[in-house]
Amino acid sequence: MGMGPGVLAQVGGTAAAADFSNDTWWIVAIKAVGIVVFLLTSVLFAIWFERKVVARMQIRPGPNVHGPFGLLQSLADAMKLLVKEDMNVKAADKVVYIVAPMISVFASLLIFAVIPLGPAVNIFGVVTPLQLTDFPVAVLYILAAASFGVYGIVLGGWSSGSTYPLLGGVRSTAQVISYELAMGLSLVSVFLLAGSMSTSQIVGSQQQIWWFIPLLPAFVIYFISMVGEVNRLPFDLPEAEGELVSGFMTEYSSMKFAWFFLAEYINMLNVSAIATTLFFGGWRAPWPLSAINDGMFNEGWWPVLWFLAKLWFFMFLFVWIRGTLLRFRYDQFMAFGWKVLIPVALAWIVAVAIIQGVRQFTDVDLRTLLIGLAVAALVVVGITFLLPERRRPEPERPDEPEVLDAFAAGYPVPPLPGQVLPPSPRRARLAEQRAQDAGDGPTGTATITAAGPAPDGTTDDTDGEEEVPRG
Amino acid sequence: MSALLSLGGVAAGPVGTALADTGRTSSAEAVLFWVIGPVMVLAALGLLFARRTVYAAMSVVVVMICLAVLYVAQEAPFLGVVQVVVYTGAVMMLFLFVLMLVGVDPSDSLTETIKGQRWISALLGIGLGVVLVSVVLNAGDFASRGLEAANTETNPVGVAQVIFGDFVFDLQVVGILLVTAALGALVLTHRERITRRIGQRERSEARILAGETLTPLPAPGVYARSNAMDVPALGPDGRPLDASVSRVLRVRGQERAVEEVHLDATAAGAARHLRDADEGLGGPEGVGSTPPQRSITGEEQVR
Repeated sequence: MGMGPGVLAQVGGTAAAADFSNDTWWIVAIKAVGIVVFLLTSVLFAIWFERKVVARMQIRPGPNVHGPFGLLQSLADAMKLLVKEDMNVKAADKVVYIVAPMISVFASLLIFAVIPLGPAVNIFGVVTPLQLTDFPVAVLYILAAASFGVYGIVLGGWSSGSTYPLLGGVRSTAQVISYELAMGLSLVSVFLLAGSMSTSQIVGSQQQIWWFIPLLPAFVIYFISMVGEVNRLPFDLPEAEGELVSGFMTEYSSMKFAWFFLAEYINMLNVSAIATTLFFGGWRAPWPLSAINDGMFNEGWWPVLWFLAKLWFFMFLFVWIRGTLLRFRYDQFMAFGWKVLIPVALAWIVAVAIIQGVRQFTDVDLRTLLIGLAVAALVVVGITFLLPERRRPEPERPDEPEVLDAFAAGYPVPPLPGQVLPPSPRRARLAEQRAQDAGDGPTGTATITAAGPAPDGTTDDTDGEEEVPRG
Repeated sequence: MSALLSLGGVAAGPVGTALADTGRTSSAEAVLFWVIGPVMVLAALGLLFARRTVYAAMSVVVVMICLAVLYVAQEAPFLGVVQVVVYTGAVMMLFLFVLMLVGVDPSDSLTETIKGQRWISALLGIGLGVVLVSVVLNAGDFASRGLEAANTETNPVGVAQVIFGDFVFDLQVVGILLVTAALGALVLTHRERITRRIGQRERSEARILAGETLTPLPAPGVYARSNAMDVPALGPDGRPLDASVSRVLRVRGQERAVEEVHLDATAAGAARHLRDADEGLGGPEGVGSTPPQRSITGEEQVR
């Protein structure tokens, strides 16, 4: 068949990869240390950010004691974790128990190495891209590092020698197997359009349009599975406080717990950075800004600002989701992954591949192709309008409301629509008594009764007194 | 490649010389190989001799990751990374899932159920060895063009050209085989539902009809000197609530009475008085235990 060498390259018009040829050893060291420092400080900030934003959503102040706006709260928490007694569980498998949190942190620190924070800048006289390294399979490397990191969770759960952590570990394996598939599939359509798996080239290919617009379904799938990837609500089944105490972390304390905690937040930053890089144009300035002064804001150190803004936008989404959604039930979670996400991702890849193939191997230009697709979609939608609607037979409702025996099943239930409760015997008694009292003439008790309940027998009126604001 | 092989002492003389024309090993690469090589050998031995199955699985993971590092060092980054994504990330994770779900450990029976499996596996192992040795010995017959020629259009594109260009028919055959296997797995594990599906709604209705307690049971007692699981909580009327202590503890007789944690004499007296009022006066020790409604061990008395 002999595919031409440039087939992939022609598709999206591959941008040039970042050039690292000027890097000296000390430039690499500065970048590496810079990334670690950036991640650690960002984690401290992210914990404060999450607590503060969730607090605002729940209309309470959040941490506000230590430092300005409570900014030093997470520092205090970190110090507490550091100086706590380090306990090793007796029933634990010691080696694996200690190694597991290290695996988690190690894998989470790997990913930012290939994330481009900006274009080429001048660091102490050396022109170098703001990225530790890049290679033709950088995004696959990210997936590999992420899948290795899950071993920390799984082994931590297994080695604790306790039931809840084990359940957390088992859930985590199942989660990885099902959601990483959807995640990988959603990234493939970006590779198809960008014509590369190198992060700097993917950012370069988004000069015209950020990929989340043409690849919206892939972006939605990636976003859902990235929340699942980092075990955040509504996918936090491996730790699930309400069900598994704290899941795989239950038997961990002090620094070992802190490592899991650190890894979780670094992973949040990681997946946000990946979403930014692959779908939101990476370090590129948003549209009106990118047009100012011949792309001034896309050069030098400015792009770091846009990158961070997008990164924290995704971090905010994480917190927003946490403050809004409830945890999935386990079977719903599995059904969603296997029956919705993976089929949709597969169908989407096939669609993108077909469009790219038509563009590649025929002379149809993109506009004609898109118009043709739009027409086809309209026709399909029109046909679905013409199809006779399948009606579910409505349950027949009796004209007369049915009288419900609330205690029939042994436990009181409220009436459903179309049902009424039998007349209350107490209400009848009350009405009778009131009529009697009215007949007796004004006595002490009768005055109070007459001032109290309304003639129709509502007894709630006596509560009215308490609702008057005091003072 | 050549230098690594000759360093490893595997390759015979002619192969080494044939390959030495195209590649050269930098000292950094040699150091990497000699650091990772022993680790891989140790991990591979761990797979054979580890007593716990999870250790064996972890040994395989170590071998895989070291192998991936070697691939990347040999300028085959695509192969190295895919190795980790597919084998470490998916296949071994599936193994671990099964190991943890089934809970295999050395105390399990090691009886061999398949007849003659040792002979079969030995035969297959020898066959694999023969294939590997012959491949290594024949490596010199290929005219290698060198990595620079292979990776002109970056490594993944080079791999894609080989797989989807030269070997596209083989790829299709393997694809058909895999689809057939997946379909077979689906057919073999498919079961028709012959009973009515019992969902959350049916369960909750059954629970209500059975008249069981619908709310969670009360939590055990928390007092100034004790917050243990084995002390009953006090109800609003001041009596100990037996249902607040785990049924298992009650059956084993490990429940403690309220006065045992109340060192204060007056409080203890009051508690004793309260306990006497409890209708569920339990065992001979008088710990205020209500026998469980259902038998747990099948031996204890059921009220």
